[in-house]
Amino acid sequence: MAAIIDLHEVAERELEARTRYPWRVKACASTACQSAGADAVVRSIEATVAAEHLELDVQVVPTGCMGLCSRGPLVRVLQRDVDTETMYADLTPEVGEQIVTSHIKAKKPIDTHVIDEKMPFFAGQEKVVLANGGVIDPNRIEGYVAHGGYLALQKALTSMRPEEVLDEVVASGIRGRGGAGYPTGSKWSLLAGAPGDVKYVVANGDEGDPGAYMDRTIMEDDPHRLLEGLALAAYATGATGAYIYVRAEYPRAIQRLDRAIRVARRSRLLGRRILDTDFDLNIELRIGAGAFVCGEETALISSIEGKRGQPNLRPPYPTEAGLWGQPTMVQNVETLANISSIINRGGEWFSSIGTPKSTGTKVFALAGDLTNTGLIEVPMGTTLRHIVEVMGGGVPDGHEFKAAQTGGPSGGCIPASHLDTPVDYESLRRLGSIMGSGGLVVMDDRTSMPELARYFMEFSMDESCGKCAPCRTGTVQLHGLLDRIATGTGSEGDVRELEHLCQVVRDTSLCGLGQAAPNPILSTLHFFRDEYTDAVSGKEPADA
Amino acid sequence: MTTTVEDQPEPKAGSHPSGDDRFGLVDKALKRTRYEQHALIEVLHVAQDVFGYLDADILMYVARALRLPPSKVYGVATFYSLFTFEAPGDHSCMVCTGTACFVKGADDVVRDIATEFDVPEGGTSSDGRLSLTTARCIGSCGLAPMVLLDDEVLGKLGSEEIRQRIRDLLATEEEVA
Ligand SMILES: Cc1cc2nc3c(=O)[nH]c(=O)nc-3n(C[C@H](O)[C@H](O)[C@H](O)COP(=O)(O)O)c2cc1C
Repeated sequence: MAAIIDLHEVAERELEARTRYPWRVKACASTACQSAGADAVVRSIEATVAAEHLELDVQVVPTGCMGLCSRGPLVRVLQRDVDTETMYADLTPEVGEQIVTSHIKAKKPIDTHVIDEKMPFFAGQEKVVLANGGVIDPNRIEGYVAHGGYLALQKALTSMRPEEVLDEVVASGIRGRGGAGYPTGSKWSLLAGAPGDVKYVVANGDEGDPGAYMDRTIMEDDPHRLLEGLALAAYATGATGAYIYVRAEYPRAIQRLDRAIRVARRSRLLGRRILDTDFDLNIELRIGAGAFVCGEETALISSIEGKRGQPNLRPPYPTEAGLWGQPTMVQNVETLANISSIINRGGEWFSSIGTPKSTGTKVFALAGDLTNTGLIEVPMGTTLRHIVEVMGGGVPDGHEFKAAQTGGPSGGCIPASHLDTPVDYESLRRLGSIMGSGGLVVMDDRTSMPELARYFMEFSMDESCGKCAPCRTGTVQLHGLLDRIATGTGSEGDVRELEHLCQVVRDTSLCGLGQAAPNPILSTLHFFRDEYTDAVSGKEPADA
Repeated sequence: MTTTVEDQPEPKAGSHPSGDDRFGLVDKALKRTRYEQHALIEVLHVAQDVFGYLDADILMYVARALRLPPSKVYGVATFYSLFTFEAPGDHSCMVCTGTACFVKGADDVVRDIATEFDVPEGGTSSDGRLSLTTARCIGSCGLAPMVLLDDEVLGKLGSEEIRQRIRDLLATEEEVA
């Protein structure tokens, strides 16, 4: 059997190895920066380091996402003796070369590309699940361990009973980050209390909301954090098997998780007799194949079983009869990524962040018509205005803010008059939107709301799995009506019909896909009704 | 679980009658997953990686190997949008149509490409040179609108600039040919 990892020794060795280099260049190698040309920048930095014979002075490490994706490629340069870190944005291979020749050799930073890490985009953040982003090399377990990785698992397995782990999660008040906000502690209690010797925990990494990439970033940049959270969930609930379901569109997340699982097993952090205790757990990866509905927990379970990913009526809930008919708990990736911090620092600490009913932080993918776009992690309860105007830097190019969309195809639009709403589960729901998984897309005054509603309805129509009639045919009807309205061929009757059909689809669909599909229409009708009425005013009914 | 189909012969490794070596890679995936029926989606992924698409012959082969009714294999394969049943074009152009890209005009990009290169969305041009697909957000929202031309990422470009890149790509090939 493989040797058990000595976490303290690995951490010490890793931190000590870093001090041998006076300079540490951390280069964001996440998908967004890579698509902006990060590879060429890193090659240029490495080549210049070699040409200047600085290999013993400068350590170049690839890291995960630094957050400000619109300004990539991003790099951070740490000068160890004075303990200062400089962040660079909008890099090109030429500037990469100058980072070595000018900043490192001549101590002259390239001011035109330096960005202030105290700028509001970064200052408003509180990092729990993204703490290692832009800090560690995602492909090396040593980096995770050096920053306290797997200490929570060790603490739980060696000094806490499963009920005590569960109690901390209940005390933290954490709610599911996958959309609905179900209390995580309650779900764990249900699984722990379910009868049977075979139980499963499943990490939901399907992340189908278009405009969201929080979960992908966690899986790609800090895969061990997810593994540790999943192992803690299994320990607390008595689960005997674990799966991670990842969408196939995320090949890098799949590859990194696969590697992380193998390394963890070799280090006796997974597998049999984990950390030399009586606790056994294997984690298996399952890959989707392009179906949004597979993010829904019962559909996801069918997909893991190798079937068409169609949802099933609940009850029975998965915690009663899930994967292969056994009690199963499906939990979002970001939810699980919070668990190790909760165990390390206590449920009470976690509940002190955020609001009383929405504790902790939430990661958002900021996109659309904003000056700064990228990934942010903020305490729950931060206002939308702070996120949009201060952190996001407002709407660029002299345009006006029109709406912020949260929750993707299941969510809604929030207009300027409600920008002071705090981001928490209840407040967003009261506005007819949802927290969703964390996509936050800002639109300026050029966006037409009927067109936006049509866009989301096209999505829901395409992704409807076809099992139940209200969703299968209702989404097609809704899309047809929206198409007429958006193209100026609709009538006032179409708007009335649209509103009525929304209620029917919402109330009668089998799963959350159909039930929530009308939300983008209902919320834009509520806040931007004039755009619908203007589009149809004076028009005769088309087929009357 | 599912019923087995009795009248099908027991599969042997590398036993595809055409002698096509590529079936060996599918066999490897079958063996790795111990011919478990719930590994169907995984095996289909491997088969599509190897062949580029899934035709009736390949689906039958997988059905026999996993002792599943062909209707079931077909049902699963057609449920998931990433499986394709026709040979892809020489070049692929994938336009992200996530929300951020939509806000930045991805719809126009798709329509313009479809018109200029006479390629239906989700299909291949009649000369087999270009396939056009759309994706549901690949999470590079900072680069919206985002297009993947073969393996090259094109970010923050307008419709005309994107089409110029496609023209260039198709033109270089013609010279070589
Ligand atoms: C159509 C549909 C799609 C969903 N997609 C996702 C998804 O991509 N990721 C996710 O975590 N949850 C998704 N959910 C929610 C899951 O069903 C489930 O509630 C969630 O994974 C539970 O985890 P949590 O309690 O940690 O939020 C989706 C639900 C529906 C109805």
